Amino acid sequence: MIVGVGGQGSLLASKLLGKLLTQEGYDVKVSEVHGMSQRGGSVVTYVRYGDKVYSPVISKGEADFIVSFEKIEAARYADTLKKDGKIIVNSQMIDPMPVITGAAQYPENVLEELKSKGVFVDEIDALSLAQQAGNAKSVNIVLMGRLAKYLHIDYDKWIEAIKVSVKPQFIDVNLKAFELGYRS
Amino acid sequence: MKKLMLGNEAVARGLYEAGVKLVSSYPGTPSTEITEFAAKYDEIYCEWAPNEKVATEVAFGASLRGVRSACAMKHVGLNVAADPLFTLSYTGVNGGMVIFVADDPAMHSSQNEQDSRHYAIAAKVPMLEPSDSAEAKDFVKLAFDISEEFDTPVIIRMCTRIAHSQSAVELCDRVERELPAYEKNPQKYIMAPANAIRRHPFVEERTKKLAQYGETSSVNRVEYGSAEKGIICAGTCYQYVKEVFGDSASVLKLGLVNPLPADIIKDFASKVDKLYVIEELDGIIEAHLNSLGIPCVGKEMFSPMGEYNQTTIREAFGMAQPEYTTADTAVPVRPPVMCAGCPHRGLFYTLSKHKITCLGDIGCYTLGSAPPLTALDSTLCMGASVSGLHGFNKAGGKETEGRTVCVIGDSTFMHSGVTGLINIAYNASNSTVIILDNSITGMTGHQQNPTTGKNIKGEPALAVNLEELCRSVGIERVRVVDPYDLKQCEEAVLEELAVEAPSVIISRRPCMLLKYVKAKPPVKVNNDKCVGCRQCMKLGCPAISFKDKKAKIDFTQCVGCDVCTQLCRVGAIEKGER
Repeated sequence: MIVGVGGQGSLLASKLLGKLLTQEGYDVKVSEVHGMSQRGGSVVTYVRYGDKVYSPVISKGEADFIVSFEKIEAARYADTLKKDGKIIVNSQMIDPMPVITGAAQYPENVLEELKSKGVFVDEIDALSLAQQAGNAKSVNIVLMGRLAKYLHIDYDKWIEAIKVSVKPQFIDVNLKAFELGYRS
Repeated sequence: MKKLMLGNEAVARGLYEAGVKLVSSYPGTPSTEITEFAAKYDEIYCEWAPNEKVATEVAFGASLRGVRSACAMKHVGLNVAADPLFTLSYTGVNGGMVIFVADDPAMHSSQNEQDSRHYAIAAKVPMLEPSDSAEAKDFVKLAFDISEEFDTPVIIRMCTRIAHSQSAVELCDRVERELPAYEKNPQKYIMAPANAIRRHPFVEERTKKLAQYGETSSVNRVEYGSAEKGIICAGTCYQYVKEVFGDSASVLKLGLVNPLPADIIKDFASKVDKLYVIEELDGIIEAHLNSLGIPCVGKEMFSPMGEYNQTTIREAFGMAQPEYTTADTAVPVRPPVMCAGCPHRGLFYTLSKHKITCLGDIGCYTLGSAPPLTALDSTLCMGASVSGLHGFNKAGGKETEGRTVCVIGDSTFMHSGVTGLINIAYNASNSTVIILDNSITGMTGHQQNPTTGKNIKGEPALAVNLEELCRSVGIERVRVVDPYDLKQCEEAVLEELAVEAPSVIISRRPCMLLKYVKAKPPVKVNNDKCVGCRQCMKLGCPAISFKDKKAKIDFTQCVGCDVCTQLCRVGAIEKGER
């Protein structure tokens, strides 16, 4: 399950993952969010794979992984995570409108609370790593790099999939972003 | 070759393979990508029409000429296209014709949750409902065969989870179709009473034949598992049911959802211990079973609202749910917002500042209703802002005229706003209409429209001149403002409200997300000057936050529109560097 803020580039991440898992011979379903209508809002993409996949959506307690592009979005969808599932989260904080208008507080410690309850949380500063790779927009590939650490798919196959998924001029930046996410 | 495809992309592939030659549509989430993907095939002529009624009539014209044609729209778009649909049912088709309608249970991006199956029943046309991308493609081809065999337009009902989910699709070649000679057939195509009276019995007979077709066609199929539970379902619900029950229930999966079969349902009912109907939105299949006198459980277990999923089904059947952990700390909601640099913001700020009543419309600017701007008073349907404003002012007279406006986007104005403006001019109300012209259809993801000067392929096209159009219908006061200039906006709005004549203000600036629009360097807050007055926070710009009693501007989001700079009384917001 990939979650984040509309406009952060989660669609490319799910496309990459979908393509890779299909190449691996799995039955794959990816359910996405489209259009500008979700700009700045909370967005969710489901990626499901296996021998046979029926439902395109992930329900409560079913996700093996939540990859979150923003700090509190991981917590928003924590009820979707399996008991032994893993959360991979970008530590970047983006204030939602109720926080901007002063109607609500940004819950900075919510991930700590989840950890204290035994949830596996791998928090990384994907924005800094993306900037280090050469483009702040490669946050999505940094996070895919992190996910690759936990998935059983060969490193080289990820590299090949990135090469065919991004525009030629962005291949180098994205390969570096992937590497940084994977190794950091 | 197998390819992972979005449901909408698979539909477009189906159109290609079926030899379709024309697609005319108006964008609407979640149907938009059908036409966008179809436009990538050179063999198919594709266009964005001004609205769904026009699109459907264009497809009718192509069918009349003998080619296979299609149109796509969201569920509320079918309301607009209902007029041609109901009589198309009588004329039938020459070349096959398919109408795609995408429902949006849970209203991810819609103003209501209507169930389009009612239209198929009311217009007496067949409706197919696929359950994944592969089936979407197959059903497109089947729909054209049905259309031509039974002489009827066919509706294919999509929903968000089918339209916007990717799954594997097997690609086939296109089958080209020769253009037949045109033959005039007035008895069939001129639906004046004398002819229509003869066509109606044909429609009734056709429905019976289609129901019979559904009894034997593989479009409806039974998957026997345990006989303890029998479940009748269609579309995306089939996937949820299989995911939860696998083979521990028997399933009757309906592909043809109108007309519904009787015999296979009766047969299925006789072979299972207890019968359930699982369908999102309205209980249409359930009502059919009731009419057949077959006992079943449906809406008493399942809501007529929202989407279903595995959790909904497990809950309804009292099954164990997987375990999960949640945080006790509340996570604030994150609604979609107008982007940093959105050209609508400056105008909404002006309306909000002067507490002006504003009837809104359908588009990104509906987001102007959210705090802190809270600039809107109503949103009904495409075009309703303009006609609604006229009614509001006729009812309120002088009391409302000087303090009420409406806002409508360029694409929505072309869709159905201009007719309302004609009414304002003709029936003379002192109304002020604001066209938010951002030079694109924004909300659905940047589609061209008759005002943008480009067609669906991005090629140059004639551009409707909004100023000339408004003047030509009889509005003498038409002015253009730049919404990034707050002073200009304020002057224009206050002046036009004060004048006793109908007027149009065109607030013109292209959407910030368009590729050709270049961002300026982000602005930054000088902490020594900022007094923490929160004036800039009134804009509801996602790039501006408030930390430690000072405003803070996120450089990754800010595009340097300078609207906040104009609001800062102490000059604390300064030009930054790239």
